[in-house]
Parts: sequence; structure tokens; C-alpha cells
Amino acid sequence: MRGQARKESLSDSRDLDGSYDQLTGNPPRPTKKALKQRFLKLLPCCGPQALPSVSENSVEDEFELSTVCHRPEGLEQLQEQTKFTRKELQVLYRGFKNECPSGIVNEENFKQIYSQFFPQGDSSTYATFLFNAFDTNHDGSVSFEDFVAGLSVILRGTIDDRLNWAFNLYDLNKDGCITKEEMLDIMKSIYDMMGKYTYPALREEAPREHVENFFQKMDRNKDGVVTIEEFIESCQKDENIMRSMQLFDDVI
Amino acid sequence: MAAGVAAWLPFARAAAIGWMPVANCPMPLAPADKNKRQDELIILNVSGRRFQTWRTTLERYPDTLLGSTEKEFFFNEDTKEYFFDRDPEVFRCVLNFYRTGKLHYPRYECISAYDDELAFYGILPEIIGDCCYEEYKDRKRENAERLMDDNDSENNQESLPSLSFRQTMWRAFENPHTSTLALVFYYVTGFFIAVSVITNVVETVPCGTVPGNKELPCGERYAVAFFCLDTACVMIFTVEYLLRLFAAPSRYRFIRSVMSIIDVVAIMPYYIGLVMTDNEDVSGAFVTLRVFRVFRIFKFSRHSQGLRILGYTLKSCASELGFLLFSLTMAIIIFATVMFYAEKGSSASKFTSIPASFWYTIVTMTTLGYGDMVPKTIAGKIFGSICSLSGVLVIALPVPVIVSNFSRIYHQNQRADKRRAQKKARLARIRVAKTGSSNAYLHSKRNGLLNEALEMTGSPEDEHMTKTTSLIESQHHHLLHCLEKTTNHEFIDEQMFEQNCMESSMQNYPSTRSPSLSSHQGLTTSCCSRRSKKTTHLPNSNLPATRLRSMQELSTIHIQGSEQPSLTTSRSSLNLKADDGLRPNCKGSQITTAIISIPTPPALTPEGESRPPPCSPGPTTNIPPIGSNIVKVSAL
Repeated sequence: MRGQARKESLSDSRDLDGSYDQLTGNPPRPTKKALKQRFLKLLPCCGPQALPSVSENSVEDEFELSTVCHRPEGLEQLQEQTKFTRKELQVLYRGFKNECPSGIVNEENFKQIYSQFFPQGDSSTYATFLFNAFDTNHDGSVSFEDFVAGLSVILRGTIDDRLNWAFNLYDLNKDGCITKEEMLDIMKSIYDMMGKYTYPALREEAPREHVENFFQKMDRNKDGVVTIEEFIESCQKDENIMRSMQLFDDVI
Repeated sequence: MAAGVAAWLPFARAAAIGWMPVANCPMPLAPADKNKRQDELIILNVSGRRFQTWRTTLERYPDTLLGSTEKEFFFNEDTKEYFFDRDPEVFRCVLNFYRTGKLHYPRYECISAYDDELAFYGILPEIIGDCCYEEYKDRKRENAERLMDDNDSENNQESLPSLSFRQTMWRAFENPHTSTLALVFYYVTGFFIAVSVITNVVETVPCGTVPGNKELPCGERYAVAFFCLDTACVMIFTVEYLLRLFAAPSRYRFIRSVMSIIDVVAIMPYYIGLVMTDNEDVSGAFVTLRVFRVFRIFKFSRHSQGLRILGYTLKSCASELGFLLFSLTMAIIIFATVMFYAEKGSSASKFTSIPASFWYTIVTMTTLGYGDMVPKTIAGKIFGSICSLSGVLVIALPVPVIVSNFSRIYHQNQRADKRRAQKKARLARIRVAKTGSSNAYLHSKRNGLLNEALEMTGSPEDEHMTKTTSLIESQHHHLLHCLEKTTNHEFIDEQMFEQNCMESSMQNYPSTRSPSLSSHQGLTTSCCSRRSKKTTHLPNSNLPATRLRSMQELSTIHIQGSEQPSLTTSRSSLNLKADDGLRPNCKGSQITTAIISIPTPPALTPEGESRPPPCSPGPTTNIPPIGSNIVKVSAL
């Protein structure tokens, strides 16, 4: 009690410089503006033009943002657009709406949800990449349609579709080819998810080596970038990758 | 992993598509959804009020009543619903816990009823959300105190022979109401304290004159009587002090306590007076010592609860009082200076110096106005009046502010202290939850192989091991396993990591790829030997050790590079059978998956937990005897 209260009251000399309102403890409101407007209102010559500037600071704008609510298209349309059955869509939507009652996910929310699956590491970078991959129209939020569209490709698409989607995820700037830097970013984000406590201990060069490995495998013409054709071709030749792609068949 | 996001697990698993193309090793198989049935609505009838929810919602927490098969005991065949004869209000909170993952505590609910309900549904109260946790803890503490009081009053009526004589005495001293003797002692000491104080006071009253025109104080007139009284009081106090000292459970702490110091200070002057002779030099000091006798009045604080509270209040309000004193001092100094310089000119001024003016300022500001010092010059009078006017403000204003401040800060501080104390606990809980979920994964990894081995033997009876993790958990663990495979590193817990760090720093673990396997081997085996001692929670402790060992071996080999298949033969420490050649995964295309057993000819495909082709698929008993022959050939 002693230390903190005293610090507040004695060492706070802000009241002396007028930047601290004694009564409310807040910085003083823009009183000049309010006074001026009140004064203007008194003057008979000033009509209602004075008023609109007041409403600029109104709270309505804030309210608008917080009550934005996005409703997805109807179930039938989604059924047509995606390859999920009706029941699957219902289950997906219930889960989606549970975590995001407003109907859309923004990046922060997305990262926070994804981080709950990886308690040991830092999954925020990978989550950002995922978010950008799901957010196909790049408007900063993932709606249920985006969400379900992405899932439909991954879980119900053909292997080529899935590979395409993965390529899209890796291609950070969406220019049609994966450079070593992009791959390094992705690799680092994956390794970040492991966290600190791993065996064997993570070394600094591990992601880079992994990237070298990857490029060795994928980059056919050794031009330093991997294009979509090279990617799909190399993946189709790799049995492990092919087999792991089939893992997604019965996720839901 | 919070159950609230369990619904997003399919998404998280789908997101793993980003790892697949970059992974160099095959992924583990996904856990099969053995009893895949459509999600259905369950009706829960709680004392007539019907709640409905999805079955999967309840199954998020498989170790509670509603999430496990225990609820089948409450299934009513006729109405096809689960009937619970419990409080529907609390059930609302319980069901919301399943839905949102957060357990709330409603304020209107009685704490013991709530606890009972939680215990019935198998939910630990520790998972109450942060929003309601404070309230819950407060109520719980109050309840505990109430129970303690009840217990105490019960116990008071019984005799407790188990307390030693010393403990009984201490209890008698601290709670005089426990026994009659203690009460008598309490009142006697109180009486003697009063007598002693009154004696000190009356000693100085002049009573009667002696022929010689000198008025004597009573103390000198009836010196003997007063001396006897004093002696008696001091004897009682000394005895009391010694008894308390004897009975105190912690003598050192008792000696340091305030009351004990007061006791000592109260009786010391007498003994010092006895010891000292009537020496002129020290009589002055002796007189001073007698002043300390007045401290006996503080002994009353043992007898008065109010005094104790006041003392504590002053102690805790010290900073505010200090501030008051400080501002007063400031004002006094200012006005004294001003008055001194204002009155400097006048003749025969009493304001001889600034400290001399302090007296005037204090008397004026507190509106006492004795009049022994008054300003004579006009300037002095002006400033004098300003001084008295401001005195009212300076004195009168801070006091209520301080009082209310004190009250507010005191309560705030209590809350802040509570919150600070709980913050640690809160952070600890978050950390525990996090480590809990990662530990769950590590734990299940160790269990996982046992499960698969059991599965391989085809024993249906050992499903109890598999049942301990729900489908959601196993899917989550599969996800983490895929991540491990992608990066070729394993999750371990903190202690292991630190161990490894220490070992590696001791052995100068080469940071770059080292061609020599032996150092790796040495590292891993030394690691493993220690690890195998720790992981003993499975019936067969060999399993996790060897499994981990092989995992490390394999992962280290893999990091070494995939071009050295000859390494397999040199790993004698694994008791590797020559036939079951371990082929580095990257090359082996026939090798299907890690850990999961595939019913293919064992010679070709090393299986997790493999042994010589299953001779007799007896259940668990078959595994232990294999001992050192276990070929931990989990193909990566």
C-alpha cells in the first residue's frame, strides 16, 4: 500500500504541468474545441454547420466495427462450391462460429487459435502464412466461405489440387515461383513451432540445410526457384509425399 | 489444448499440408476413428430440466463423468435420456464448461453446494476460469474459516489430552476463554496493570504537606507503600513474562514480538533501579527510566482488541501520516521564516530566531493561540493572520482526505495483494496447463508404442491402454508427431533438454555434421541410460528407453545424411539383428510408416516394437521378457 500509492500521488508532478486532469486522472479533453463549438452554437450566425464536426468524434464509428457480423451464404451454395456434405458443413460451421462469433477471423484471432495446438513452440509465423493462404481475396479477414473453400481443397481435393494449394502457401508473394528466401521463411516458421525443447537441440543452420535439401530435390533446372510445374512433378515422383497427401482423406 | 478449439482440430490437421512437401520422412499414420458414428444429440435430464448437446461436446473431457462411460449408469432406457437427480442451476455451469472450455462460478451459488456438484461431475475446481477464480477462492476461504471456527468450538468442549502442558499453557495465554484458570489469570494481570498505571500516576500527586512548607508528592510521603505496590506489580509481570516465554512455541519469535518488548521495557526500570544505588550522577538517568514505566499501559493491548486494531491501523497508515507531517513541517517552516523576518525590526520581539518562531507558527496554525508570542509589527500581524487562516486549511483538509484515503488504499491494497498473490498462482496454472498438454503428448508418445505393440499382437483385451486418450487427443498427438517428422526433431520436456545441453557442452558436441557416429552413440547412450531410469511408469521400462534410443539414433543418423547405409551394421549397442537391417528411411521405399505396425513380412519391413516375428501373440506378458533383445527398429 505504501509504495505504490505514494508513488502515484507524490512523484506525479504532471498535475503541475497541466497534462493531467486532477479530477478524472485523464489527460484533459480537447476543451478548446468543445468550448469553441459551444461558443459558436451560441452565435446566431452559425447554423448547423458547426455540428457535423462534433459528430466526427462520435462513438458510432467504433460501434460499427465491433458489431460487424458476417453471415455465410446459404448451405446449398456452399454445398455446391465445396465438396463437403451438408452434415460436414454443419459441423464445420458450428466449430467456426464457436471461436469466432462475429463470423470472420482476423489475423490475431487466427494466430491465437492456431497457437493452442502447439503449446511448446511459436506458431505465429506459420499461422500468418496460413492466414494469407486462406484469405484468397486478401481483405485481411477469413470468412467462413474462405475457410471452407480452403479446407475443401485440402481435405477433399485431388492430390494435384492439394499440391497446388501447398505451392500457393509457400509462394509468399504469389508470383508463381518459390525462391530460396521464401522457402527459408516457411522453413523457419515450421521449425519455430517446435519450440526450444527438442531433441536434438535445434541448431541455427537446420532450416537452411533443410531448404537446401528441398531445392536439391525440387529444383530441376537448378535456376534457384521452384515453379509450380517443377514442384508438382517432383512431388509426384516422391512416394513419401504422395502417401502423406493421402493422410488428409479422412481428417473429417 | 483448450477443448473450445477442439472443433478446429480438423483445420489444424489440414493446415499440416504445408509440412508435407518439405518433409523428408514419411508421416505417421493417422489414428483411426474406430467408432466413427455421426454426431448425435444427447438429452440430459437434470431434475426435470432438459439439456441437449452433441455427444462430441461431452467427449472433449473424457475424464469427467459426462465425458466418460460413467454416464451410462444414468441412462434411462424408457425415455432414452440421461437422468441426473441434481441441481439444474449448477448443471448449467457444468455444461457450459464443456461447451466453452471455461468453468464459471456464479456468485449467487453457495460454495459448498457448488463444490459438491463439481465433485459429482468429476470436475476439478482448479480449472475455474480466471474471471471467477478470485471470487471462488474468497468464498472458499471464508467457508474454511467458518468450518474451522465450528471445529474449534466443538473441540473446545472436548478435552484434548494430546496437547502437552506447554501447549495448553500457551493456548491459555492466547485465548483466555479456554479455561477458567486462564480467565482468572487474564483478569488478575489486567488488574495489576491498572494498579501499576494508577500507582505511577498517583505517585506524583502532591498530598498533604510536611511541616517545612514543602508539598510532597505522595510517592515520597508513602514511599514504602508505593514501593511495595510497585514490587508486587513487577513480580506479577515478571512471572507472567517468564511463563509466556516458557510456553511460547517459538521462543525466538516470541522474544522478537512487540508485546514481549513492551513487557521487558515495562519491568526493566524496576530492576535497574534495584541494582543501581542512589547515585547522584545516574539519578537523572534513573528518573528517565521511570518514564518507561508508563509503557505498562501498552500491556493493555493484550486485553483489548480495539487497541491492537488501532496500533495496526497506525502502522499501516504510516505513510499518510508521514505525508501530513511533512506538509505541516513545510508550512511551519515557511511561516516561521516569514514571521521571523517580519518581526525582526520590532524591539523586544519574542521572535528571536526562526526555530523560536516555530512555536508561534504551530500554536497559531492549530488555532490554539496561547498568546505568549504575538507579532507587533503590521507586517507581522498580516502574515500572522494569513498563517492562522491557512492553518485551518492545512490541518483540517488533509485529515479527512487521509482518513478516506487510508480506507480506500487499505482495501485496494488488500485487493492488490490478493491479486498479486493470485497472479503468481494464475501464471503457474497457465504454465502448468501448457506443460500439461505438451507433457500429455510426450507421455502418449511413450505410451503409443506400447499400444501399437499390443495392437500388433492382436490382443483385444488391452484396449484399456488405448482408451485413455480420446480420439481428439490422439489426433492432436498425431499432428504433433507429423511436425516432428517434418523437422526431424523431437519434442522433449525441459529437464531432458537441459540435461542434453549439459551433456553436449561437456562432450563438445560438434555443431556441424560429424562423420563419426561413435560420438553420437556415446551421447545418445549416455543420454538414454539416464532416461531409462526415469521412464518407469510403464510396466516394461525397457520399451520407452529403447524406443527413445532408437529414435535418437535414427534421427541422428538421418541428420548425418542418407548416404551411409553401412552405419546400420555398426550399431551394436542396439543389439540390432543383422537381418532386420535398418535402412535409413529416405532410401527405403518399402518402408511404410514409423511406429505403426503393418502386417507385412517382418523381414522386409521393420516394425516399431518389432521382435522376432510374433511367435505367440500373448498379451502384455509377452513383452517384458524380451528384454535386451528388443530390436527397436522404428523406421523413420
